[in-house]
Amino acid sequence: MYHLVKWLVGWLRGRTTPASQEPVAVSTPGDHAVRPPVDRLVSTERAAVPDAGRDAVALSVRNLSKRFGDRVAFQDVSFEVGYGEVFGFLGPNGAGKTTTVRTLSTLIAPTSGLATVAGIPLAPENGVEIRRRISVMPESPGLYLRLSVAENLECFAGLYEVPGARDRIDRVLRAVGLADRAGDACGSLSKGLRQRAALARALLPDPQVLFLDEPTSGLDPVAARDVHELIGELRRGGVTIFLTTHRLEEAERLCDRVAILNTTLRTVGRPGELRDRLFAKTLTVTTLAPLPEPGRVFAGLPAVDGWRQDGPAGYVLAVSDPAVAAPAATRALVAAGADVLSVGESRHSLEDVYLELVSEDEEARRR
Amino acid sequence: MSLSSSRVRAIYRKELREYRRKGSIVWGMAILPLIFLIQPLVTVFTLPASAASQLASHHELLYLLAIPALVPATLAAYTVVGERQQGTLEPVLTTPVRREELLLGKALAVLVPSLAISYAVYMFFLACVELFAAPGVASALVQVPDLLAQLIFTPLLAGWAIWLGVAISTRAGEVRVAQQVGILANLPSVAVTTLLAYNVIHPTLAIAVGGAVLLLVLNRFGWRITSAMFDRERLITGTR
Repeated sequence: MYHLVKWLVGWLRGRTTPASQEPVAVSTPGDHAVRPPVDRLVSTERAAVPDAGRDAVALSVRNLSKRFGDRVAFQDVSFEVGYGEVFGFLGPNGAGKTTTVRTLSTLIAPTSGLATVAGIPLAPENGVEIRRRISVMPESPGLYLRLSVAENLECFAGLYEVPGARDRIDRVLRAVGLADRAGDACGSLSKGLRQRAALARALLPDPQVLFLDEPTSGLDPVAARDVHELIGELRRGGVTIFLTTHRLEEAERLCDRVAILNTTLRTVGRPGELRDRLFAKTLTVTTLAPLPEPGRVFAGLPAVDGWRQDGPAGYVLAVSDPAVAAPAATRALVAAGADVLSVGESRHSLEDVYLELVSEDEEARRR
Repeated sequence: MSLSSSRVRAIYRKELREYRRKGSIVWGMAILPLIFLIQPLVTVFTLPASAASQLASHHELLYLLAIPALVPATLAAYTVVGERQQGTLEPVLTTPVRREELLLGKALAVLVPSLAISYAVYMFFLACVELFAAPGVASALVQVPDLLAQLIFTPLLAGWAIWLGVAISTRAGEVRVAQQVGILANLPSVAVTTLLAYNVIHPTLAIAVGGAVLLLVLNRFGWRITSAMFDRERLITGTR
């Protein structure tokens, strides 16, 4: 009863300070072209977090596991994410990515293991404090379809107790290019525009850690590029971004580091490091005609560890340092009288890394 | 634990906006009470003035207390499971809102139209009695204690019906099931008000005070127990 009376007093007081509750002005068409600079989207207080805790980590996960009865959602997962880092979380369907995000955002409790989120230990009693510092954009936008975009954001501004809600709503709508649709019912928006509205909602509380689950799903290429730019701006503003995506080229382009999860954590690292860890460095050589004695040409070259034929006039050299091996191989080919068409370093993408690891798991399961 | 009025207000305003956008929700709530009025109105209109003295010892108006017990049932039963089914619950639960705040905001939003409809229907009934009932019947029917009972018990009964409905909504897997069970769960309240109206239970001041205190306690505990039943993990994953 005491809480109810206290709340009623607060509610009545709240009615006399309507600044944050006034209806949001609908911006005029054309506003969407104006994107606020990042220093306006990320508050000075929030931007100060990385400086204060540069050595600290935004997310620390130690041997975290979650089971639903006999079913293992994810097991023994450990990683750390620094402030201002964009961390990609990849994995096939059913790998436990969404469950991990739900666990870190305090929606579900881990079965075992430890974690800190935005510097706060993951524990039931810290749920509210953690949720004050984070924001989640789930894969499904989950908007109130009968309400307008601005009304949806107004509701969430109230839930996050955002100061100066009206300005903040206007700012995030411009950031995602939806200022001219603020008054439209969410039910009337296309899938892509709903996705943008959900992103605006996630940006509202100016979070320290932002969980994005497939943020570009359903977006056209231009809108997806805008979201990529926005993620870059947020990173520069010190926001930690935990990005779950199936788009590997997106992860490669945006993420400082990536983790690949397939119930257990398969690997964590920078995309380049993962490539080097998983694939030997190679040079691909193509000549106009087959070499009569390729073994004599490639043997003993500096930084070349071995070679194999790849097609009638193609050769793949295993190398330790492409920068040393490529000029040496070119000189050797010219000295042997070969007409060289190309000498290039073989590039493995993050997709290659992903497919290699996931197919290893598939084979292991089949066995 | 401290409650945030801002967060409760945010939920409350959102719910009311949704009702406003979908007017049929509120109009739908008013149909059942209007059906409830048919029988007492027919009785009152056909009652001769000579029967007025018999009415003085009855409390026919208490029959209308069934309205606040039934009106909020379906709406309250929708509150949690409905959001869950339309996929809007997860984003809300990732905000700092406490379950007590979320449920209080939703309950208040159901209470406001429920009270408005219950009192409006009651006023309509009284107006019909005053205008169309035989002379003498109206004055015998409309008694001050019954009017007070209506005024006081309407919010208490509606509150209890709402907490029952919300509690069912936190546990139900499907909206339709929640709404059906919600109506069934409120039938005991309807039974008690009907027994009072027909003098099977003789209404006295002691019963009124006891009933009011009991409903106050039930409402207080209803909020607490419903909050305890609200399990984020089960609602999000469907397992626990």
